[in-house]
Amino acid sequence: MVRETVRWLVSSLVLLFVVTALTFVLVSLAPGDAARSVLSGQSTGYTNQQYQQMRHLLGIDQPLPVQYWHWLDGLLHGSLGTDLFNGQPVTDALAGRIGPSLSIVLGTVLVAGLVGVGLGIVSARRAGIAGRIVDVITLGGFAVPNFWLALVLVELLAVKVAAFPAGGYVPPAGDPAGWIRSIVLPVITLSAGAVALIAKQTRDCMADVLSREFVTMLRARGLGTASIVYRHALRNAAIPVVTVLGLLLINLLGGTVLIEAVFAVPGLGQEAVTASGTHNLPVIEGIAFYFTIAVVVANLLVDLSYRRLNPKARAS
Amino acid sequence: MSVVVTPAARDAGAVTVPTPRANRRGLRHKPLGLVSACYLVVLAAASLIVPGLVSVDPEAQDLSHALAGPSAAHWLGTDRLGRDVLVRLLVSTPGTLVDIAEAVVVFTVLGVGLGVLAGFLGRWTDRTISRFGDLVLALPGIIVLLMVLAVFPGNDLAAMIALGVLSSPVLLRVVRAVTISTRNELFVRAARLSGLTTTQLIRRHILPWLAGPITVQVSLFAAAAVLAQAGLSFLGLARPETAGPSWGNMIAEASNVISTDGWLLVPTGGIVAITVLALGLLGDAVRDVTVGRSTRGAGRWTGLSDAPRPPDDTTATAALLSVRGLTVGFAGTTVVRDVAFDVRAGETVGIVGESGCGKTVTARSLLGLLPGDGRVTAGSIRFDGTELVGLDERRLAGLRGSRIGFVAQDPMNGLDPTFRVGSQLVEVIRRHQALSRRAARQRTRELLELVQFAEPEQVARRYPHELSGGMAQRVGIALALAGDPDLLIADEPTTALDVTVQAEILDLLRGLRSRLGMAIILVTHDWGVLADLCDRAVVMYAGEVVEQAGIGDLYRAPRHPYTEGLLAANPHRAPVGDALPAIAGTVPTPSAWPGGCHFAPRCRFATEQCRAERVAVTVLSRDRSTRCLHFDQLVVP
Repeated sequence: MVRETVRWLVSSLVLLFVVTALTFVLVSLAPGDAARSVLSGQSTGYTNQQYQQMRHLLGIDQPLPVQYWHWLDGLLHGSLGTDLFNGQPVTDALAGRIGPSLSIVLGTVLVAGLVGVGLGIVSARRAGIAGRIVDVITLGGFAVPNFWLALVLVELLAVKVAAFPAGGYVPPAGDPAGWIRSIVLPVITLSAGAVALIAKQTRDCMADVLSREFVTMLRARGLGTASIVYRHALRNAAIPVVTVLGLLLINLLGGTVLIEAVFAVPGLGQEAVTASGTHNLPVIEGIAFYFTIAVVVANLLVDLSYRRLNPKARAS
Repeated sequence: MSVVVTPAARDAGAVTVPTPRANRRGLRHKPLGLVSACYLVVLAAASLIVPGLVSVDPEAQDLSHALAGPSAAHWLGTDRLGRDVLVRLLVSTPGTLVDIAEAVVVFTVLGVGLGVLAGFLGRWTDRTISRFGDLVLALPGIIVLLMVLAVFPGNDLAAMIALGVLSSPVLLRVVRAVTISTRNELFVRAARLSGLTTTQLIRRHILPWLAGPITVQVSLFAAAAVLAQAGLSFLGLARPETAGPSWGNMIAEASNVISTDGWLLVPTGGIVAITVLALGLLGDAVRDVTVGRSTRGAGRWTGLSDAPRPPDDTTATAALLSVRGLTVGFAGTTVVRDVAFDVRAGETVGIVGESGCGKTVTARSLLGLLPGDGRVTAGSIRFDGTELVGLDERRLAGLRGSRIGFVAQDPMNGLDPTFRVGSQLVEVIRRHQALSRRAARQRTRELLELVQFAEPEQVARRYPHELSGGMAQRVGIALALAGDPDLLIADEPTTALDVTVQAEILDLLRGLRSRLGMAIILVTHDWGVLADLCDRAVVMYAGEVVEQAGIGDLYRAPRHPYTEGLLAANPHRAPVGDALPAIAGTVPTPSAWPGGCHFAPRCRFATEQCRAERVAVTVLSRDRSTRCLHFDQLVVP
């Protein structure tokens, strides 16, 4: 167990290092820099001297490794640096933006897990009309571009019938109902593809497990269909499905960028687009940091449930 | 996907080089896959040819016809500036397809190249590549993509390359797994021994197996790339509107007029959805063709209920189990024909014959446990007065385990790997007896003691993978005995085990038979086992029962040339030092059964009469019968 923990810690740190370093390199490679962004925001023209001063002021005139070292040093002291434009600490700037993104991502994982697994089982077990309907639903969810679905949902359920807000985000504290209403449309949008993915994965895994010898032997021992399908086969099929759920979670972190843009949700994805447009390195780096933490946690959760479900993994 | 090397080929010491199944049944049998492939070809062709033929400029504005619905002049209507939607969609298609192709090339080259390297070379190469793959997969892809687009603003080539790189570990994993499993196959090892170079080996023996899985992953990735490209373009990050129409920016345009003119979203979103759908369906079809199975309805069990109900037989026999005219078919091919035998209470009957004679199929059909599309097509199975053929799954499940127990050849794969031995036993026990959890645990202990475990508590806590083959088989027997059955069907219970363990399991069965007094059907190809345990034997050849006799009679005076040949080939009886006599030829496959006597091609007594028509069973005495016209020519040695 100690070895497992150490290995997880090491690989997490490596991932964190690679992502943040890669972000640093890519941002500094981008044409233009924050100094120009700041200066062109302040006045119409600026001299080269003003530009160099601003670079120095922002600390971006130093060599890249030095800048990165400063950032790492700050991280060890619990600071993610300050926003280049308003001087606000990055942790504060992003604090309010984690909730919206997390609500949407976790809501989608929940819906995809429940609905996707349910539809997958039906599809694996029924050859008739029910299986066909599930197949059509999963195909549809797979094929429809989610930003397109978002547009249609907003038009139908927010504009024509004002059942849900067209955009924005309501924090759960104080107004739980408003919070749910505000994330329903983004979650449905992201769920279409996610449900299709999980349903397909469940269907394939269930079909594979149900054709295995031990299932025949469970039948030979007189067990009923319900126990075989829901107790034994589902547990075995869950092992790969959980892995895919983890990958889905990582994917959804990226998916929020598009969805937050469409629904005007003030989340991390929106901020990522804004910050990368203005070369606001500390903010971009902070977002990359939070995303990587989420990936690391997702991997840990997958690993733990994998161990829980698969006794072989527990042993080794 | 596994490579099938038939047991017959393995026995003969020959190595057959199998070919991937995809070659045998093409996409022709998958209408949806075919339609999808056609759509993609037509889309590519149309986007290249049509814009040249149509004289309409995609940027030509006609404000007087802005936002017009579909008409004869504008098949898919016009946009806000009166531009023809169809023309713009077609004009934007080549660019989209080029983008997708770029991403697919990067994805395929990286995924296949690294996957084959990792899988084939193994060791540190594998470790390094796998780690790299895990790392890339854990990157927050969209952030990297945004960064790349910030470095190369509006450059969709850069974005597509990044997308390909970021997704390639998915293909890498699949290719690596297939390569490893193929590398270890007998025919690849044989090819390597014969001196093929690594490159030749990969090209000739590994890549053909990869074609199917690669096509599946590539088509799924292409579908994802279509969505990603449209998404980036929708956000204006790649292929912005100034660079001409694209599927994504046309949806963005349509979204501006969504309230007044919803129609525009239909063709623009539709082309993306249909293209993604076509790629997905193509992947599915290729998967089904290469894996050779459909995934739907795998858990639908009909038992024996869809078999034709035999006519009521009022002449009830005294036998516990009475099989008459049992015929089993798989997808229209008969593999077991006209099998008849009885098993009386407390009696042990052996079913003996070479591999591929239908022994296992016969045994499994008695419980309605035929795999896949196997069906009982005719005949009757009467168990203790109940006709099993035509019985529905629910009532059959009531008999399984409680009246008829089953022990299979492969003990390890017969146990659910995710539950402890104890919990599997408790569930089966409580299915058959109304016991409390506590009492069921007590019964678990008794059963494990019954199958000779010295420390039942410790075994009950183990998972199947923590058992040896012999232990797993004893657990399998305990599970079969949990419902206290009157008949135990043991299908080659020792074949998969080490020789020393075989004796242990046989001793156990012998002891159990005398203690519990149940009847046993023992399927075997081992004459030693047969002589050791059985009262009577049913000899099967090529799907038919060819001889039945008490065990002593059978050994002393076989009444079928096949039995005689089998006995002569029995190593226990052959004189030491002499070459072991063998029956020339092999068992014909069900589709190649001869018209007359199935054994005629291998038989030294065969005459024209034998080949002319099916040979009927001749009853010699109460327990003795033969399916041979010349049985009287077999002389006692």
